[in-house]
Amino acid sequence: MAGKTVGVLALQGDYERHVRALESAGAHAVEVRTVSELNAADALVLPGGESTTMLKLLHREGLFEPLKAFGHSKPIFGTCAGAILLATHVTSPEQESLGLMDIGVQRNAYGRQLDSRVVTLPSDLGDLEAVFIRAPIIRSVGPEVKVLATYNNDPVLAEQGRHLVATFHPELTADPRVHAYFLTKL
Amino acid sequence: MILNEEYRLKVGLAEMLKGGVIMDVVTPEQAIIAERAGACAVMALERVPSDIRRDGGVARMSHISLIRGIMEAVSIPVMAKARIGHFVEARVLEALSVDYIDESEVLTPADEENHIDKRDFKVPFVCGARNLGEALRRIGEGAAMIRTKGEAGSGNIVEAVRHMRTIVREMRQLTVLGTEELMAEAKKHQAPFELIEWVAKHGKLPVPNFSAGGVATPADAALVMQLGAEAVFVGSGIFKSENPEVFAKAVVKATTYYKDPVKVMEACEEIGESKAMVGLEISKIAEGELMQTRGW
Repeated sequence: MAGKTVGVLALQGDYERHVRALESAGAHAVEVRTVSELNAADALVLPGGESTTMLKLLHREGLFEPLKAFGHSKPIFGTCAGAILLATHVTSPEQESLGLMDIGVQRNAYGRQLDSRVVTLPSDLGDLEAVFIRAPIIRSVGPEVKVLATYNNDPVLAEQGRHLVATFHPELTADPRVHAYFLTKL
Repeated sequence: MILNEEYRLKVGLAEMLKGGVIMDVVTPEQAIIAERAGACAVMALERVPSDIRRDGGVARMSHISLIRGIMEAVSIPVMAKARIGHFVEARVLEALSVDYIDESEVLTPADEENHIDKRDFKVPFVCGARNLGEALRRIGEGAAMIRTKGEAGSGNIVEAVRHMRTIVREMRQLTVLGTEELMAEAKKHQAPFELIEWVAKHGKLPVPNFSAGGVATPADAALVMQLGAEAVFVGSGIFKSENPEVFAKAVVKATTYYKDPVKVMEACEEIGESKAMVGLEISKIAEGELMQTRGW
């Protein structure tokens, strides 16, 4: 990992918190808004935020296809909106996605902001404090997806090869373990 | 200040809105245009601030049917405004499950002395501020997001700039003081001591700091972002412009790429020849009609 750079897609959302979380996990992190910044990174985080907003900007700024290509050779970690972007299938409403992880995701599946919550979850990485904010639910996982944590029997932390998704926000806690785990994929 | 679970969730949603544009909308159709343009949230209201200013009279919380229609039309977060101090309007909006409440000076205040005790709500609040003391008083009451007041409905960025510069300067000044000087600062700013201490240590607000009140062009949005705003509210600026769809897209682009002059130039170019909303010179607004002086 030494000398490697982790980009954080910084079109919209809590990208600053991811930069901080990656740095506290020992990585060199940079904000990514253009194709050249993307291609200079060795791995990428897709932050929390509004997936519709990010999707629109990805298309308008010509980042969608380069991002897909990036995911075919380098690791991507998506949280919340980022998990929605990485999925193969998105509902409520249906929207386009990168199709880099074999999961089906339902947006805002717990309800509105009043249904946001903080819970403690057992996971393959130990007990994690999980902050869910207008979170999506992973409704289906393909055969190559490994589930690392569940909440109410739904997968909330999962990986497929080099990619990782969380429907909660590890970047909003002081615990760097999930980010540290992602860095092992570099 | 204790960052309990509920408060973290409230601040958490504000974190998700960073780098984005929150647009005022008065119909479900406008909400859809805003979402399509890339807004990260919408503010549902009956009249945009420039119309409230023009029409006069008492401005209140919007009709439930209107807010509900907007909530059903889009998948992004929906905010709504309650009058300053009107905790019943706020409870009604909470019962409706809006995602954020703006205790807003754009509406006619219901209480000239007290703001809402926001700690005791499950739904998060955003409040306006003109300076650090006002921001910290609102955070003390439980606000999970601060925005500059600017001068709503004016189409003039000058007040939002003044307020953002004031807040940022006052925070910076605290960071160089000795701990023994902070109680006098709390007295001067009329703000809770613990929050003055927090800002002195961290050099920023404990909640996201957004800008509002007068943004009318993509360049305005990039300006307040460069001055330290973490996201931008656009009230009348979108739907009072000649071509709302194009303006909305261009403001989103300029907000994301606020540090890149070439991208901001492209955003300005996207507007073509279409006109921004007509602006007002602040000195021409009668003192009694200023919105920023409502609340304290």
